[in-house]
Amino acid sequence: MRRAGVPLLVGLVVVAAGIVLAMVRVNPYIYFAGCVVLQYVVIATAWNILGGYAGYVNFGTPAFFAMGAYTAVFLIQSMRAPLPVLLVAGGLVAALLGLGIGYLTLRLRGVFFSIATLALSVVLQTMIMNWEYVGGSRGMSVLRPSGPPFGSYVTFLFTVMVGLAVIAVLVARFIERSWIGRGLAALRDNEEAAECMGVPTLRLKLFATTVSGFLLGVAGAPFPYYVTFVEPNSAFALDYAVNALAMPMIGGTTSWVGPVIGAVLLGTAQQLATVTISSEMNLFIVGVVLVAFVVLAPEGILGLVRRLRGR
Amino acid sequence: MAPPLLEVQGLVKRFGGFTALNGVTLSVKAGERFGLIGPNGSGKTTLINCVSGVLPVNGGTIRFDGREITALPPHQRTRLGIVRTFQIPKPFTSMTVLENLGIPLEYAGAGRAGAEGNTDAGEILKTIGLDAKAHLRPAGLTQIEMRKLELARAMAARPTLLISDEAMAGLSSTEVDDILTILFRLNAQGITIIMIEHIMRAVMRFSERIVVLDAGERIAEGTPAEIVRDPAVEKAYLGE
Repeated sequence: MRRAGVPLLVGLVVVAAGIVLAMVRVNPYIYFAGCVVLQYVVIATAWNILGGYAGYVNFGTPAFFAMGAYTAVFLIQSMRAPLPVLLVAGGLVAALLGLGIGYLTLRLRGVFFSIATLALSVVLQTMIMNWEYVGGSRGMSVLRPSGPPFGSYVTFLFTVMVGLAVIAVLVARFIERSWIGRGLAALRDNEEAAECMGVPTLRLKLFATTVSGFLLGVAGAPFPYYVTFVEPNSAFALDYAVNALAMPMIGGTTSWVGPVIGAVLLGTAQQLATVTISSEMNLFIVGVVLVAFVVLAPEGILGLVRRLRGR
Repeated sequence: MAPPLLEVQGLVKRFGGFTALNGVTLSVKAGERFGLIGPNGSGKTTLINCVSGVLPVNGGTIRFDGREITALPPHQRTRLGIVRTFQIPKPFTSMTVLENLGIPLEYAGAGRAGAEGNTDAGEILKTIGLDAKAHLRPAGLTQIEMRKLELARAMAARPTLLISDEAMAGLSSTEVDDILTILFRLNAQGITIIMIEHIMRAVMRFSERIVVLDAGERIAEGTPAEIVRDPAVEKAYLGE
């Protein structure tokens, strides 16, 4: 019990640090950029539960993220629901979608599963584009609620994002170290052998797709309040698909630390590039770094560290 | 007479228009050393894929320990005690040899994890003769060690029926003897064993009873001595 408490304590310390940082009011851009980086910590961590632990590569991250975002838009539009409701509802809708693609794994493995998730993203985007109530293809402005508990709304969202990132990482870490994580690793290595060694592979895969989907949806739920204008092209942006995959790959997919390292490094680099060079540099940077890692260090930064330590 | 441990009744398996198993019936008694032979493509591996649940069947029933298991998913059959090895070893490549055994210990062996699981795994590795390699990844193992890992991992699932699918193919004759010794020892511990093998010397020495498959049908059954004299078997292997 004692040992289980330590990561929780660390998580609380991180959240507290986030709140303190929000209180000191440094340059507002820091919070703005910080939100994006933290959002990517959640996305990369969530993606890795399915892609890293279970080995099912999901190219449909935008679909899950946008499900969270558009569930929020719908709830804001229809009942001006408060942020906590948006987070939970966005997560649940994306979790349902996750459960759905979980059943796809019955028939689709490897690259075929990935193609299906990519197609899913395209299909959902088309549907949203034709749904006028949430703005259709023109998009929709969202008014932020007045009077956040402290500071500006973006500083408030920053602290929320710190909290979400901590929760996502704790969930991933828990899964990784439990019997679930060991079962997922077995089915990633060899699904048939895992099943024949008593691992209920279908149930574990459904668990992974659902939890991963839930966290991706949660990451997307604050999006309307963050950007205040939601349209399909930004909610279903290719950036999410590429980053969600690149960040864990660069950090290392076998441990919860990997996606965090990848998201912080790559997310920060992208934010810096956006300010100093141009916003178009974002995906270019990811592309170059990803290719370099896949060729030179396929096990990511964690793998490099392990190799340097001589293990 | 005690009911058989495994009872396969009229098993049919088709792949599209091709009938791989055409009404195969056989039964295996508890504690028996049972051999399953037949020429290439006769349906041996398909049969054990059906018995272990990896492939759904198109007809017939499979009963294990008096219970119908025809529709059960593989992991539940494993938990009941039917454990198989793979013809081409399928180790968990990201794990050490010891961790490989941890998976069935945790999942098939009714929640035995942690330190106790580790000692169990250590014991199994010692019996199989793989304890020196416990902390290596499968990539660092030789062919025979890989086969031994398959067997060790199957042992960790606590089988009552062990199905060994060509555990000796490609091994040298001393290595074959090595594996045979292990299988004899497991059988002496009370584990029923079905051996699928091409190496006649091994299967004839090991089996108490043999069933011969040819083109998806059962063509003979008997003791090794009866099988070698059976004209139908000779025809299946050598032609007219």
